[in-house]
Amino acid sequence: MAGNNPNLKPMNLTLKVWRQKNNKAAGALETYKAENISPEMSFLEMLDVVNENLAHKGVDPIAFDHDCREGICGMCSLYINGRAHGPEQGTTTCQLHMRKFNDGDTIVIEPWRANAFPIHKDLSVDRSAFDRIQQAGGYVSVNTGGVPDANAIPIPKSIADKAFDAATCIGCGACVAACKNASAMLFVSAKVSQFAMLPQGKVEAKTRAENMVAQMDIEGFGACSNIGACAAECPVGISLENIAILNREYLGAKLTSQNV
Amino acid sequence: MSWFAKTFSSTIGRKIVMSITGLFLCSFLVIHLIGNFQLFKDDGGAAFNVYSHFMGHNPVIRVLEFVLLAGFVFHIWDAVALTRRNKAARSVGYAMNRPQDNSNWSSRNMGLLGTVILVFLIIHLYNFFLPTKTGGLDKVMVDGMMIDNLYIRVAESFKIWWYVALYVISMIALAYHLVHGFQSAFQTLGLNHKKYTPAIKTLGYVFSVLVCLGFASMPLYFFLFK
Repeated sequence: MAGNNPNLKPMNLTLKVWRQKNNKAAGALETYKAENISPEMSFLEMLDVVNENLAHKGVDPIAFDHDCREGICGMCSLYINGRAHGPEQGTTTCQLHMRKFNDGDTIVIEPWRANAFPIHKDLSVDRSAFDRIQQAGGYVSVNTGGVPDANAIPIPKSIADKAFDAATCIGCGACVAACKNASAMLFVSAKVSQFAMLPQGKVEAKTRAENMVAQMDIEGFGACSNIGACAAECPVGISLENIAILNREYLGAKLTSQNV
Repeated sequence: MSWFAKTFSSTIGRKIVMSITGLFLCSFLVIHLIGNFQLFKDDGGAAFNVYSHFMGHNPVIRVLEFVLLAGFVFHIWDAVALTRRNKAARSVGYAMNRPQDNSNWSSRNMGLLGTVILVFLIIHLYNFFLPTKTGGLDKVMVDGMMIDNLYIRVAESFKIWWYVALYVISMIALAYHLVHGFQSAFQTLGLNHKKYTPAIKTLGYVFSVLVCLGFASMPLYFFLFK
């Protein structure tokens, strides 16, 4: 039983949370108490408890992004104690549990900081810049017709695995948040290399690389300094090798594509 | 804009310019270091003066001097352009940030390290390169030819403690700049492969340390042993 386990003693925490009414308003860190928090709660469940108490007091609850709460949708964000998705490696905020913190801790919670991700409210940011980059070329055009046979196109297992690794990107934006340049290179590289490795994606590879990078620059993300913070903070472990693949895809496309 | 201008004003395009010019400047460091080892020859500076006279008068070297200048100009120009863009990408910073948990200090401070190197370069050129162009050096007779005695200028300069300190500090900055820059250049050019990348990273460390030790050894040698 939870009550008998000393490791499950309820915790009391101090939160410093970024509050900002809307995109135009000035924001500031506000201090809140998070009391009687079970170590088994996820970070988001802890915020739910805090919000419930705020609502009872008539205070506007803290706005934060979340959806699936099982680490696959990429909606949750939060810069926790100076780290994207908190101190754990390879997890989203919804997979971060309160047992990773100590009773009495002060936790600083901020939104993703990037001009390309404007703040909606409090901790919730607008990541539609990623959608626009994706729409610029992160797809494979297939004309209608009969359904092709499964395995009709031979793809080596090693290539399929690498493409799949790149495809696990959930588009959460932790790479941008952690990057000192607010660069979206890890995201864009995952999307470009995922298709560039596969025969179906090779057809449009050049135009894809050109258009997605152009859109990335239009959105105002910074450039890549190869510091590696993005890959270190990525909840699904997208590798820096993808950025090298994007670089050579882009340079190759610029030198040889038909788009003048 | 032409496709060419568009390519090299994109973020990736500028990084490609950074990496190519950076690797070119690395090749310059090797030549400069090997040539300067003439300073260690115990012949009163004759070998070094002959070498510096050759570097100052050989037509091929004179042309390459301008290529080298272009290398520096493009490297610095794009560094400034990228830094401005990168700063503009996040106008509100984090109240609490722990970058030390996910990246190296040198990789995050290439601009600072580069600025230290640039300041050093200006002082270095003012003291040693400029006088060879303006005739501000004593002459010396070597093999029946009157040539600049750059050796004396070097030997005298490296007797000044703060000048030696400036050189050593600048070479430490250069070493940190190269530790990140060398391997980063290959990554930017798309040359990342599990067979070669570990070797490139090791080579980058060895290169950075050896080259900077080599350069730092010269002022230290003159200060301590001459």
